[in-house]
Amino acid sequence: MPVTSAPGSPSAALEAVTAARWRIALSLTVAMMVVYFGFILLVAFNKPLLGRLIVPGLSLGVLLGALVIVAAWVLTWIYIHWANTHYDAHLRGLRS
Amino acid sequence: MIGGGETNVVAIGFFLAFIALSLGITVWASRKTQTADSFYTAGRSVTALQNGLALAGDYMSAASFLGIAGLVALSGFDGLIYSVGWLVGWPVVMFLIAEPLRNLGRYTFADVVAARLRQKPVRIASAIGSLAVISFYLIAQMVGAGNLIRLLFGLPYEFAVVIVGVVMLAYVLFGGMTATTWVQIVKAVLLLGGATLLALLVLARFSFNPLALFAEATRQYGDGVLGPGRLVSDPVDAMSLGLALMLGTAGLPHILMRFYTVPDARTARTSVGYATAFIGFFYLLTFILGFGAMVLIGRDAITAVDAGGNMAAPLLAAGVGGRPFFGFISAVAFATILAVVAGLTLSGAATLSHDLWVNVVRHGETNSREELVVARGATVALAIVSITLGILFKGQNVAYMVGLAFAIAASANFPVLVLSIFWSRLTTAGAQASTIVGTVTALVLIWLSPAIQIDVLKHTEAWFPLRNPGIVSIPLAFAVAMLVSWLRPVPAEEQAFHALERRIHLGAE
Repeated sequence: MPVTSAPGSPSAALEAVTAARWRIALSLTVAMMVVYFGFILLVAFNKPLLGRLIVPGLSLGVLLGALVIVAAWVLTWIYIHWANTHYDAHLRGLRS
Repeated sequence: MIGGGETNVVAIGFFLAFIALSLGITVWASRKTQTADSFYTAGRSVTALQNGLALAGDYMSAASFLGIAGLVALSGFDGLIYSVGWLVGWPVVMFLIAEPLRNLGRYTFADVVAARLRQKPVRIASAIGSLAVISFYLIAQMVGAGNLIRLLFGLPYEFAVVIVGVVMLAYVLFGGMTATTWVQIVKAVLLLGGATLLALLVLARFSFNPLALFAEATRQYGDGVLGPGRLVSDPVDAMSLGLALMLGTAGLPHILMRFYTVPDARTARTSVGYATAFIGFFYLLTFILGFGAMVLIGRDAITAVDAGGNMAAPLLAAGVGGRPFFGFISAVAFATILAVVAGLTLSGAATLSHDLWVNVVRHGETNSREELVVARGATVALAIVSITLGILFKGQNVAYMVGLAFAIAASANFPVLVLSIFWSRLTTAGAQASTIVGTVTALVLIWLSPAIQIDVLKHTEAWFPLRNPGIVSIPLAFAVAMLVSWLRPVPAEEQAFHALERRIHLGAE
């Protein structure tokens, strides 16, 4: 069990940072897994759907594959943005 | 005919230029490599962009450049499944590992696990996991190097393996992490630049419209090339491979070690951002290169040179850029192998000297000078072992070995690393049991899988139905760690976690 402490104390601030970092790390990891395994499961279970051409030269499968790479970029960008604005500010607070 | 195994003068010229440049870097780096700290971490002075490039250079192996381009050329969409799979581990590295690892450790990822647990048992277990990953990865790279160099340059297999081993030894032995980092940066720039140029030369023939290229592929080979084929026939196996690729990236010792080369956690974070951008961009390029080779070179011409399709990208370079460009891309492929092998050897040397010698044999009581001597000795030993294994495994199908390295990394290293950062109740016994069970399960299940039993040993059936053990071995490693820790809680180790909590976020102050 986490050591409980009075609100406003230094260790309460530390716990708040730990909880916030854990929440965002876990949600983004789960988001990446959902996107990637969603893609893999579609490949495994609905091959005709992914083989369907949206326009000549572009199938849904190729489009979604490229979008998984784009999703990885977007999720890492979200994390960096969160960390640079919120996490680093909390850390400055912890240091002082 | 190009790439048939005859001596290729232009390619060898480019390759010698790369060797000269990289040995020049090594001489410069050797002056900065005077202490164990500089040997392992390049003085922690690498910038975010430099480390992002070096991470990309450490990770993008010849398998991903030549192998995936060839797979896409021969099987279309199915090859893209790998392109995507090799990337998705990077966000996980960023979210869960990079910053706490930088804040808690010094040289190896075992530092993080050992930060609040008992040193000896944890270091020994982590060393087993690390060395298993490094060995299989090294064998795959060395055998790949031997085959590739025979095809590209027309040099004999054994000669090629020895050259790779000796040049890599020079980088690591004299230049340590500084030389390794710069070789990886130069390689990443050459690989990204060369692949971009190749993709542009291909697209120039389709008025810079990738869809026109894909449409031409469907006209020549049918609509099927843009849809899933036979590669993913078993959904469970596909999930298992995906899980190993995704979580294994965050358990590769040579990748994790790179986070100690930057000054702080914030730089580590930014460097993964760069690495993810570069690696993702590179894998998007493999879409163009693979389909380009399929359309402009043709499947028959590719398999005529190498049945596995590994020559698709170099042949494409010859097709759109002539002989000099073929020589350039061949040299880039060779540089790619050297950079990966150097990173692997350096992390293996760190495991042997820092984890086993300093913290197990000498109980942490040693000086930097002795540690540097042991690390250099370990580097020489690893170079000899990898050359020997490369020659012993000549002619073997080692395609499963990279998958195996990822499976062990995901089962032995990743669960313990994540739990030691995020779960206060992890105990020494839990960490130890998890690493051993993860390593052994991954090894045994691969041995019993069709990849060994049917493909290598030519038996008619396999005991274990899946080609990749990840879906069994990864959850099992997590379960063992948690169960052992729950059954025999160690309050002192839990308190030590809370004492470390500040350091997880702020680093050593």
